[in-house]
Amino acid sequence: MKTLDQVRAKYQEEYKDKIAKTRIVVGLGTCGIAAGGDKVMAAIKEQVAARVLDVEVDFSSCIGMCYREPMVEIALAGAPSVIYGDIYADKVEKLLDSIVNRTPVYEWAVMQIPGDATPYEGIGIMDKSSYYEKQVRSVTSRLGRTNPESIVDYIATGGYEGIEKALNTERMAVIDEVKKSGLRGRGGAGFPTGTKWNFVYGAPGDKKYAVCNADEGDPGAFMDRSVLEGDPHSVLEGMMIGGYAIGADEGYIYCRAEYPLAIKRLNLAIAQAEAHGLLGENILDSGFNFKIKIKAGAGAFVCGEETALLNSIEGLRGMPRVRPPFPAIKGLFGKPTTLNNVETYANVPFIIRNGADWYAAMGTEKSKGSKVFCLTGKVNNTGLMEVPMGITLRDIIFSIGGGIQDGKKFKAVQSGGPSGGCIPTEHLDTPIDYESLGALGAIMGSGGLVVMDETTCMVDVAKFFLNFTQLESCGKCTPCREGTKRMLEILQKICDGKGVMEDIDTLELLCRVIKGSSLCALGQTAPNPISTTLRYFRNEYEAHIKDHRCPAGVCNALLSYTVLADKCNGCGACLRACPAGAIAGAKKEPHSIDTAVCIKCGACFQKCKFDAIVKA
Amino acid sequence: MVANKCECEDLTKEEALARLLDQYRDYKGGLIPVLQEAQNIYGYLPKDVLQQIAKELRIPFSKVFGVCTFYAQFHLKPRGRNIIRVCLGTACHVRGGAKIFDAAQESLGVKQGGTTEDLRFTLETVACIGACGLSPCMMVNDETHGRLVPKRVGGIFESYK
Repeated sequence: MKTLDQVRAKYQEEYKDKIAKTRIVVGLGTCGIAAGGDKVMAAIKEQVAARVLDVEVDFSSCIGMCYREPMVEIALAGAPSVIYGDIYADKVEKLLDSIVNRTPVYEWAVMQIPGDATPYEGIGIMDKSSYYEKQVRSVTSRLGRTNPESIVDYIATGGYEGIEKALNTERMAVIDEVKKSGLRGRGGAGFPTGTKWNFVYGAPGDKKYAVCNADEGDPGAFMDRSVLEGDPHSVLEGMMIGGYAIGADEGYIYCRAEYPLAIKRLNLAIAQAEAHGLLGENILDSGFNFKIKIKAGAGAFVCGEETALLNSIEGLRGMPRVRPPFPAIKGLFGKPTTLNNVETYANVPFIIRNGADWYAAMGTEKSKGSKVFCLTGKVNNTGLMEVPMGITLRDIIFSIGGGIQDGKKFKAVQSGGPSGGCIPTEHLDTPIDYESLGALGAIMGSGGLVVMDETTCMVDVAKFFLNFTQLESCGKCTPCREGTKRMLEILQKICDGKGVMEDIDTLELLCRVIKGSSLCALGQTAPNPISTTLRYFRNEYEAHIKDHRCPAGVCNALLSYTVLADKCNGCGACLRACPAGAIAGAKKEPHSIDTAVCIKCGACFQKCKFDAIVKA
Repeated sequence: MVANKCECEDLTKEEALARLLDQYRDYKGGLIPVLQEAQNIYGYLPKDVLQQIAKELRIPFSKVFGVCTFYAQFHLKPRGRNIIRVCLGTACHVRGGAKIFDAAQESLGVKQGGTTEDLRFTLETVACIGACGLSPCMMVNDETHGRLVPKRVGGIFESYK
């Protein structure tokens, strides 16, 4: 068999030369670009050329700190890398001055990565910062650190060592290694990956497929996007190892169309791998053939469900199939198929390279390794993080996430998107793994964590999720199609202040029936947001129904706006803003709102600069 | 050697469609990519195009129509030159995505799914575009805009002609 040793040695030289130079690296993931990273990149290129600076301008993807985007890294030759946050085009000139003066801009620095150099004083070190201290970085190790569009960077940092090692190993031994690592499906269900591969390996048939589920549809989740944009080769390598182990010669990546940058970088990575003889016929002279195709989704949440996804690849309506037969026996085009999530595949090269024991050393008894989470919502530090299984939600939200925005009080965290549940304060110290989250009525899901504070109404949140599942239900089975709609209607009724106590019983009954009788996971998990909010926040439902009051002040129909006479100075801003003419009052005298005329649009509340208008 | 013909030559829409159908005639599961690319050519999926796709790929028209109406991405009516997709995902929801959507509706004078009369904009919502760290956010064509506030929305639209 051929090896990559020569290529690797050459690329390691190139990579070493690259990072030894003075360089500027701009974070260009979707999040960085959305925050203005591409404009910063343009300004840097223009000014570097105008000032004739001898620096290398490069880009990477998202390092994970979305709340500080756009981020720019500057490393002087022989000095630590300094990572700057909130860098807009107008700050570029001063950043370039810092290269000429050889002194960092301390006030904009977020952290530094010293490497072998002596750290600067007065700038925190990345691994010791509150955001990264409790994280581990394996799947995300290249994110924000290497150029995702360069196969040189990938191979120089250990890439494609896993497939080389696998091709020198018996197929069954590869599966055993993955089994021993304890890796479980990162898409949400947590099925042991090695066991799944073993089923497909043992399934009769010469034609088999390895499919990657990159239809990341959960609102609040962007782990897969970040991995695809930041380290696309690792997903390809994971699929190659999986394909080799199960005996597949063809792979598909089903990626949602809302991720154009991920698709672009995947296509590029596939072309590079093909050019290096890592995809195609007789890979590295081992006799193993493997090719990968990309299928762009067409906008249907249910296609994240594995059998619906297979139908969609086949060009059909993306509706789930009845199981059994499972995809491992009868999958894509009727052939044995393994379906794994992006993050699952991205873990595999690291497991094969570093060994199952290395991986299994992280995590809890039943959930091994690390998990990537996306922390969003009303939390200070929104972003991507990789943590060992078994960490507590409190650590994630308060240590890494920096607590709740604007000093408000934490209320709940939604884990697992529309299929998951809301977890309240009293369970914040639960160590996270598949089992413990399940016991709380939530699910691990793909890893989206949306934080809610005291101003979030839990009935409104449940309604939001049901509106989502109701729209995305494919309509094939009755419990999901009809049930989600009926539950949504009841929630709407409660939010409108027209609910009765029997509605809660009806909701509970519907939750049980839909969970037990739906065809696929979309329907089976659709009641979770309702059942968990009923379990932990029943008092909010009761307040809406019995007292006609929304405790969080969200449900419009239950609100009334009033003026606090002692705070109102009669400026008249609210009076002018009111579209219904419900506000009256003389100039410089406290105004008042006629609740009978008020349409509760909230315009006055937003206009008032003196906090004189309250809603309750 | 004969010089390669430039691939970017101006094809008529019909020629582009014919070339597309040739490419996918024997391709397993090709219907969705064909519809996606046909929509790129025409901007939407006119009835006669769907009929031609059905005929040439030998798929019943009812099935083609079924696939079109199943996926949110396919459109049977003409759309604007610029597609605005306001995110109403969870993270955007808790950070005021609905207010961004209201501002967009007000600025354009169209409702959800509507197209402005000059065919400049189509306004849509999306369940999540995965830029939750920058919520609330929206996409205009393939560009993502994050950390929005309602009064900035109209100004962003201005830059799209």
